[in-house]
Amino acid sequence: MRNAFAETLYQSAKIDKRLSIVVADISPAGSIAKFHKENPERFINVGVAEQTMIGICAGMALKGMRPFAYTIAPFTLYRPFEIIRDDLCYQNLAVTVVGMGSGVVYSNLGSTHHSQEDIAVAGALPNMQILAPCDPLETEAATRFCAMDNKGPMYLRLGKAGEPNLTEDAVDPFEFGKVRYLRKGTDVCIMSYGPIMKMALEVADRMTAGGASVSVVNVHTLKPIDQEGIAKALKDHKKVITIEEHAPMGGLKAHAKQIAWDTKAECDLHTFSLKDEYIHCYGSYEEILAAHGLSADIIIKALG
Amino acid sequence: MTNSFDREASKQRCGSYRKRILEISQQVQALHMASAFSCTEVVDTIYNGLMRPKDDGGFVDTFVMSKGHGCMIQYVILESLGTLSRNDMDRYCKADGILGCHPDVTNPGIEASTGSLGHGLSMAVGMAYAEHIQNTGGIVHVVTSDGELQEGSTWEAFMQAPALGIDNLIAYIDNNDFQSLGRTSDTHPNFYPVGEKLAAFGWEAVELDGHDAAAIYDAVSSRKGGKPMAIVCKTTKGKGVSYMEDVPIWHYRAPSPEEYQQAIDEIEASL
Repeated sequence: MRNAFAETLYQSAKIDKRLSIVVADISPAGSIAKFHKENPERFINVGVAEQTMIGICAGMALKGMRPFAYTIAPFTLYRPFEIIRDDLCYQNLAVTVVGMGSGVVYSNLGSTHHSQEDIAVAGALPNMQILAPCDPLETEAATRFCAMDNKGPMYLRLGKAGEPNLTEDAVDPFEFGKVRYLRKGTDVCIMSYGPIMKMALEVADRMTAGGASVSVVNVHTLKPIDQEGIAKALKDHKKVITIEEHAPMGGLKAHAKQIAWDTKAECDLHTFSLKDEYIHCYGSYEEILAAHGLSADIIIKALG
Repeated sequence: MTNSFDREASKQRCGSYRKRILEISQQVQALHMASAFSCTEVVDTIYNGLMRPKDDGGFVDTFVMSKGHGCMIQYVILESLGTLSRNDMDRYCKADGILGCHPDVTNPGIEASTGSLGHGLSMAVGMAYAEHIQNTGGIVHVVTSDGELQEGSTWEAFMQAPALGIDNLIAYIDNNDFQSLGRTSDTHPNFYPVGEKLAAFGWEAVELDGHDAAAIYDAVSSRKGGKPMAIVCKTTKGKGVSYMEDVPIWHYRAPSPEEYQQAIDEIEASL
């Protein structure tokens, strides 16, 4: 995903000379090297100094530029949080704060490098918008939106590298602020976002093999949340399942339950998320997710 | 930039600014008056001496009040320039007004929202860098407090600015030696002097009397360039009113009618 981000930003920056990137000693690699070489003045590495990374982006935006701030998710969002709040959100500036390696994808690096509560934290800020694409293709579309169309502060939540493309055969195109059907069924609806969509599709495959007609809905925009789209999915299916790589509060689970209550939804609603705890175990990405209670096996078993 | 700075005219302006702030103090329960008085000459020099006006209003250059709580001095100067109206000032901190205790970027003449300390310098660095790479020729003036120097984010910005190769950034440190609870030199005795530390970080740094407007003007006008400039302005908190000078309670307190009259009398006597 980071390579898709880098290539898209590189291409967009050829068209829009205001686009720039401020990194805190973590580079998206890939095409950012070309970006840096061709536009040295629009690439800044502030070093391990996330607070000034955000403040400098704010100052550049106040002078008409369109900067991206980039580092690993917990450092891009949590360390300079109050600066994001005051400088970007209070002033409502079009700066994209990129959180790379979000969720628990940096499995072995431990909880310091995980961002399991980032959507809850970013989502509480007025003016902040949140995009969490699920694969490299969608990362390209999301990055292009941030680069060319975005008007305010944005948290762009990315995975890392090597994710498979999942949206090639999507029913709907990417549209900011709207849920996106990857598959359309009639009985069951699985809603998810981000790289864990791969697991959601695996669950969908197994349920389909078991005879169910399954929709898969990609909720890539977490703020503003598509109330109407989610309400419709809750109305159109007998069983709705949310799967997310995020804490149980402040993410898709919370939105789905609130919308279900507000719209008097009658479907069964099952939610799967990370645990509300810092887990002290290591291993692969999949193993950390499983330790949090997230795998296709665990979900299928829990659904009975 | 003009070639000379009228010291006497600045003194008269600063007196009238202080009197206007005192006048407004009588409309509200509290305001950061002493913090505004310590940087009155600094902000006067920037607006009335250093910032280059545009033909169609506004300035070529940019002013950021990083010590946002000192914004009364910025407000009264913006009022004198006609950017803010008397009506705006009369409704300071009132429910039907637009001006509060900290600068808000949605207001006329305000370039950045501040109030939380340690934000303005990084924003000023970003602004100056954007002006630099867009070849606008704009200079960014930023006033920080000495309490703000305790914020780590301020030092991230001090470290970064020289590395960006910008010399269109001038930071004025209002070194009044006070934070809310006491003297900054008491809480951090080994931190001073500051100027040599900034020079070591790659800034063109000078220390001077922050109530000497002409000295500030001359320092900026004669800067060598090639680096961002930091001016450590030695100031007195509450400058101009005897009972406020170096007395922490006046960080956030409005004078009584008797105290107000005494302050006005003292300022008028000094002009």
